[in-house]
Amino acid sequence: MILTPEQQALLDGAKGETMAKVVKTLVMYGEAFGAKRMVPVTGKYGHTVISFGLKAIRPVYELYDQLLDAGLVSGQKFTADPKPLDPKVPSSLLEDLVFKKIMYTDQKPYEAQLRKLGITNDDDYTCTCYLDQVGNKPQPGDVLSWAESSAVVYANSVLGARCNRNSGIIELMGSIAGFVPEFGLLTDEGRKADWIVEVRCEKRPEAQLLGSAIGMKVMEGVPYVKGLDRFLGGELDEKACAYLKDFGAAAASNGAVGLYHIENLTPEACAQGEALIREDAQTYVIDDAELARVQREYPVVWKNPDAKPQLCFIGCPHLTMSQLIDWSDRIEAALRAKGLSELTVPTVFTASTPVLRELEKTIYASKLRSYGVILSYICPLMYMNNPLCKKKAVITCSNKLRTYTSARYYTEAEILDIITTKEART
Amino acid sequence: MKQFQGRVIVPGTCTAEALVSRGGFNTLASFQMALMFGDKAVKCGDQNNPDIYKKPMLGKALCLPMTIGSTTGGMVLYTACAMGKQPACLLFSMPIDSLAASGAILGDVWTEASMPVVDQLGEDFLNYVQTGMTVTVRENGVVEVE
Repeated sequence: MILTPEQQALLDGAKGETMAKVVKTLVMYGEAFGAKRMVPVTGKYGHTVISFGLKAIRPVYELYDQLLDAGLVSGQKFTADPKPLDPKVPSSLLEDLVFKKIMYTDQKPYEAQLRKLGITNDDDYTCTCYLDQVGNKPQPGDVLSWAESSAVVYANSVLGARCNRNSGIIELMGSIAGFVPEFGLLTDEGRKADWIVEVRCEKRPEAQLLGSAIGMKVMEGVPYVKGLDRFLGGELDEKACAYLKDFGAAAASNGAVGLYHIENLTPEACAQGEALIREDAQTYVIDDAELARVQREYPVVWKNPDAKPQLCFIGCPHLTMSQLIDWSDRIEAALRAKGLSELTVPTVFTASTPVLRELEKTIYASKLRSYGVILSYICPLMYMNNPLCKKKAVITCSNKLRTYTSARYYTEAEILDIITTKEART
Repeated sequence: MKQFQGRVIVPGTCTAEALVSRGGFNTLASFQMALMFGDKAVKCGDQNNPDIYKKPMLGKALCLPMTIGSTTGGMVLYTACAMGKQPACLLFSMPIDSLAASGAILGDVWTEASMPVVDQLGEDFLNYVQTGMTVTVRENGVVEVE
């Protein structure tokens, strides 16, 4: 890799040993992928995936202390993934004990570290930092140093920014240095499609199921998806973006997708069309039967597969305003049709604090609460990362949550039916 | 005994028992429970990976195509290295992915752990190596399997 004189000086220790190690890390990272140079981070804000003060990863906070002790902070303000705790979310006494005394003992000190490192503010803990209400929305062509798989794939695919699937810690080092190695999804060549995905479903495929199927097939490849735009309409309106948010999160977590192109819809597919597809691209055909197969093959890891659901999480990634309103309408209709007044399974809807604040200005916040919905900014994934939750029959329509926890996946329609079924409450 | 030539990402040598994941290795899902609750054997917690689910990863030669999943992956691998709970080595049949590379490099630059990493060993490598075989990693990226 060829460094500028300034970058070389940093590597040689001109700004101290710790900064030299930061640059060495970035150089090695780039060399692993054949990067020839560093490019400046041009996005206005960063985003970090590490939002949790988890005792088990204390070495991370020790490393961050080293950075702060050396006077190194992020060159840009940044947002962070959702917090792991929210008192509004139901938990037993034992769970509280495990969360506060064993697992997230470092939460407060870590949040203090993030303030020193440059977090935008204490409300900006969300995986959907790119929503208008949060305001960390990159411009097309911006070079980012982000981590959080669902945010990275959204920024690349829907917003046309450029970001690799960076890991936690690396993303902060890129923001500290102000430059990142140029490879992969930062290059025109790396953004070409290795897969053509032909969607031949009869009805609109479930976003999180379609993303999962594609992720598991293409792994870290770049899919060019045909036949999906007919279900989403011809423009990236709020509903289409919400669909793509969920689709991308599933593709990124069930596989390693960092960028997808949707024919006639996403910016690069609209601008370049099939010129984006590599000559040797493989093809994957998806129909309703294939999606049913994928869903059927998910392992059920509940101790008792026939257990009645005890908790439902909706909103991984965090929900948008339109999704919250849509769920409210669907729940209202389902409850009315079944002669119920409230949900029969404790249900948590998760969204960013700024989105929830906006929701409070509408009738929907009180409506959802009246149905028994708990509105929270929590990260359900972090909430479920403990053995106690393994014993809990948790259901979700998030394929990301299913992948990392013992939560059982159902489609949105199935979830709606379960949480409005009389005999479901335990 | 069969030899495979790969590309060195993190230099080093080791001999260890192979643990083989035929599908993508989900770093977060594999390590999270073990790191969180101090599992000394660092058993794999990824229920979606039948090849290695519940099998100890500590000190094994982890053979895999690539890693998948959350972008906490590199941080998780770094943490495993910092706590001395890392595999003996990581051996990739495919070119290394960005999350695994991050974790391996962070472990190399910022911790005392030794975890050689070799990628591009090829499909033949993953077809040949079986869990329980003995794997030796040479400084030049040669991997011997017997």
